Amino acid sequence: MVESHAKETTLALKLRVWRQRRGQPGAFEEHALAAVPTSASFLEMMDMLNEQLIKAGKDTFAFDHDCREGICGMCSMTINGMPHGPIPGVTTCQLHMRNFRDGETITVEPWRARAFPVLKDLAVDRSGFDKVIQSGGFITVRTGSAPEANNIPVPKPIADEAMDAAECIGCGACVASCKNGSAMLFVGAKINHLNILPQGQAERDRRTLAMVKTMDEAGFGNCTNYGECQAHCPKSITLDVIAKLNRDYLRARVKEFFSSTGKPSKGGD
Amino acid sequence: MSASSCSSCCQPSSIGKKVVMALTGLILAGFVLGHMSGNLLMFKGAPAINEYAKWLHDHAGLLWAARVVLILSVIAHIWVGIQLTLENRAARAGGPADEATRRATVASRTMPYSGVVILAFVVFHLLHYTFRTVALDGAVYGDDVYKMVVAGFSCRSVSIFYIISMLLLCLHLSHGVSSVFQTLGLRNERWRSRLDFVALAYGWIIALGFISIPLAVLTGCLK
Amino acid sequence: MNLDSKTPAGPLADKWNNHKAKLRLVNPANRRKYHVIVVGSGLAGSAAAASFAEMGYEVSCFCYQDSPRRAHSIAAQGGINAAKNYQNDGDSVRRLFQDTIKGGDYRAREANVYRLAQVSTSIIDQCVAQGVPFAREYGGLLANRSFGGAQVSRTFYARGQTGQQLLIGAYSALSRQIGLGTVKMYTRHEMLDLVLVDGKAKGIVTRDLVTGAVESWSSDVVVVCTGGYGNVFYLSTNAQGCNVTATFRAHRRGAGFANPCYTQIHPTCIPVHGEDQSKLTLMSESLRNDGRVWVPKNKVDCAKPASEVPEEARDYFLERKYPSYGNLAPRDIASRAAKEVCDEGRGVGQLVDGKRLGVYLDFSAAIKRLGEAEVRARYGNLFDMYENITGENAYKQPMRIFPAVHYTMGGLWVDYNLQSNIPGLFVGGEANFSDHGANRLGASALMQGLADGYFVLPYTVTDYLAGEKSGSRPSKDAPEFKAVVKDVNDRVAKLLSINGTKSPRYYHKALGKITWEKCGMARDKAGLEGAIRDLQALREDFWKNVKVVGSGDALAPELERAGRVADFLDFGIMMCLDALTREESCGGHFRTEFQDAGEAKRDDAQYAHAAVWEWTGEGQLPARHVEPLVYEETQLSTRSYK
Repeated sequence: MVESHAKETTLALKLRVWRQRRGQPGAFEEHALAAVPTSASFLEMMDMLNEQLIKAGKDTFAFDHDCREGICGMCSMTINGMPHGPIPGVTTCQLHMRNFRDGETITVEPWRARAFPVLKDLAVDRSGFDKVIQSGGFITVRTGSAPEANNIPVPKPIADEAMDAAECIGCGACVASCKNGSAMLFVGAKINHLNILPQGQAERDRRTLAMVKTMDEAGFGNCTNYGECQAHCPKSITLDVIAKLNRDYLRARVKEFFSSTGKPSKGGD
Repeated sequence: MSASSCSSCCQPSSIGKKVVMALTGLILAGFVLGHMSGNLLMFKGAPAINEYAKWLHDHAGLLWAARVVLILSVIAHIWVGIQLTLENRAARAGGPADEATRRATVASRTMPYSGVVILAFVVFHLLHYTFRTVALDGAVYGDDVYKMVVAGFSCRSVSIFYIISMLLLCLHLSHGVSSVFQTLGLRNERWRSRLDFVALAYGWIIALGFISIPLAVLTGCLK
Repeated sequence: MNLDSKTPAGPLADKWNNHKAKLRLVNPANRRKYHVIVVGSGLAGSAAAASFAEMGYEVSCFCYQDSPRRAHSIAAQGGINAAKNYQNDGDSVRRLFQDTIKGGDYRAREANVYRLAQVSTSIIDQCVAQGVPFAREYGGLLANRSFGGAQVSRTFYARGQTGQQLLIGAYSALSRQIGLGTVKMYTRHEMLDLVLVDGKAKGIVTRDLVTGAVESWSSDVVVVCTGGYGNVFYLSTNAQGCNVTATFRAHRRGAGFANPCYTQIHPTCIPVHGEDQSKLTLMSESLRNDGRVWVPKNKVDCAKPASEVPEEARDYFLERKYPSYGNLAPRDIASRAAKEVCDEGRGVGQLVDGKRLGVYLDFSAAIKRLGEAEVRARYGNLFDMYENITGENAYKQPMRIFPAVHYTMGGLWVDYNLQSNIPGLFVGGEANFSDHGANRLGASALMQGLADGYFVLPYTVTDYLAGEKSGSRPSKDAPEFKAVVKDVNDRVAKLLSINGTKSPRYYHKALGKITWEKCGMARDKAGLEGAIRDLQALREDFWKNVKVVGSGDALAPELERAGRVADFLDFGIMMCLDALTREESCGGHFRTEFQDAGEAKRDDAQYAHAAVWEWTGEGQLPARHVEPLVYEETQLSTRSYK
């Protein structure tokens, strides 16, 4: 059995980092950073850069980050053209410097999409995602009005499938990686999570129509089935959620078209 | 139907637009298969293809019905395609300075371009063999479609343009046909690679079927 | 300081129901006239804000993150306890209550803990209805697993992401209300102070982190659910933004801060790897269900790879010391045992500062018993996370773990109604001190956050509002508001103007080094006294030499950090003082002077109380008050997991 305790080495890096103030045009700044331990995370490397800037009396680079364990979805950087960097299936905070070479030039940019305007440097405004959820990404249940939990049996495969979709951390890498700036992977994940559960049936059609409408209004692009979103999703959510979103949307529109009121059906199947 | 859903029909949602692309694309993909099959009658000899052409013209109602459907499909496919392309460019806000691509295929990334070339080809093709106003040196062929086609493809540059266009059609179909399934919600992880293969195979069948004719003319197999 | 717990009379099992029946109500038509401010959008905050809005109140909710869904509740992995007894293994509300109060080493308020156990079952109902994809049996019913400190399986879970799924549930309920316009959500807003009018909490002052605008907000009641203060140790499993500012600012305005020395060390974290590390990563305690914890019996084996240490040379120290609970011993006990073996020089892993601080968590037996596929199904995401961080494959070699600060049981003092000693200031979730005593059991934090948010605060806040005249809230132009806004602006300006030489992170690291070494897993009198002196000196240095770059009118992460570190410095002193004055060992508070051969030695005669600290002024040490803990139905015993 081969056992490794990853060896501690350091890297000297050249960094091209995006600098921008809100509402103004931005540009890259170049900085050299030495002695970056390979065990450090990418954000720890950014911390080191910022500490170096403070020593020089310069403003630091603002970037979003919080949990630093890959679950809150707050960190967001395009690293060498790839949202969350070169390693598939991880967030920027879980990307470690051992994946880079000594002497390498690393380009660090914010998420690039019209729906995600830059707030400062590498931090962007992702409130479009929240708006999508606010329009229908929920199951209406008032506090205290829930039935006994085991009265709603959920077959294990359905629960697992819902969980696969629900793993989405809402980071926005799907939008940033999409060459159309489309949010279909995010919206698909959210809709799938709720639409396949028995609890979600009552609002299924209404939810789907409302969330797609809000998504379109928020300025995201259209899906043209590139598949970049899946390839960059730190939770490896698949295009299946988009296919199912399409199906649910079509179903809801057809039902709406033929319904006597012209409104989304309230019932499930 | 309520006012809101009416306006949403006229201003389709992002998914609505994709469905228009998928359904019109499906019609056009079906059409090229039919067209290609008809063309292969060239290999059965002049009487076969000429009879087929005559049969089509004798059923003008059917022919025009098909033409109307095709023309509407083409217009919708192009119109919505342009909308999607422009909207998507705008939504991207320039994209990263240093863009990387992980899995988007060449076919998927060149759909607007392959589409434009195919459109140019279609226009030329209609002028060539339907209106018979270009590249036929003013010769009149009447009902002898076989003769016209052989004469048309005897021109090397026409044939090369035709062949290139058909290869681009193959590329367009390889992404488009598989995307139809995705857009209509009929694709999943397990079936994706199979459908991608089917789409690619379909594209090649169509392209090779079409290409076989100018190639046969150029090599002297069809005279 | 008025520390009346307002615990209702009557038998423990009936207290909450009797109390609810007596709480006052507000007419539905009048509710919209009341403005409720909720600060924080984690489980407690989101659940409370959504519930208030459903009831008809006008609600404003604030969080410092860019979306309410990012609050650190999201990082809880293992699960949520509830006394459903779906496993038919003898669980009950009373049993959950007993486990929780015993787990807390008899330093929690009995009635609060009982209520927590009571409402736990409704939480599961609520979450399932919201679409939380809990793990299921093949028959479609809910699955459970066991967790540290309990002998029943009562933990509900959603893979290793239970906190995420519960938060998405609460966030979706909150989002629904935002969509309906009943909650106004202010993201990227940090609460920097509390406004009191006539001794009652009537609003807050925030800074918009994007524009730098300092604004005040007037309300009829303020509900603070801003989480814990684990980042006082610099390295912790908390999110980078987690801070004590909201609760500490309330403390400075008169709210009592209870038991700050009760901090929890989580046993299963990935060991520290270097100087520039910004955070410690926790792996769910559920790993201890199937992993076996060991170190070599002999120091000489510590530098060798695990595979070269033969079975008979391994010391499965938790199984050895605590045969009945084994690897599932409660967190504080498991953590301390790990520290002990490392202090003996039997730790494993890389040398950091000349020490090996790590123990093995070995899955080879589980892989043999269950197969790799099953282990992957249960813990796959944790193994992936471990490999990603350490570069080691835990299917092939044992994980290395070490304890890290994870949760803080102390918090603002609240009565049975979760109201602080400031009328109109309610505190929920980790931010209050109420339910976990000196140590929290696994899978209980999520339970408490949601219990407070969904099932306690809606009742008790309503009772408070019933006593406030509707429409009586002050205007933001009132002098009280203007004065606090000025205080906040002055402080921001001061931080920006010092222009010294050292970064806020420098001070945060220095603070963490002191608190972790002197007030971490083991504490003693001399160390704590020294820590207080060191922290006072560090605080002085901070206000002379900190350098805060950036500007006040844009996103300024260094300014945010500086403000939080400044509060942590004051807070750290109070935490050490609390640890110093609690001359006993209990739960997560281990004073080396008070032990029985390594086991915590409580002093129930002297210290069966909550210590509540009162702010006495800038640069002064806070004053200590006590709320005696009255146990009506619980027999205090020595916690034994042997």
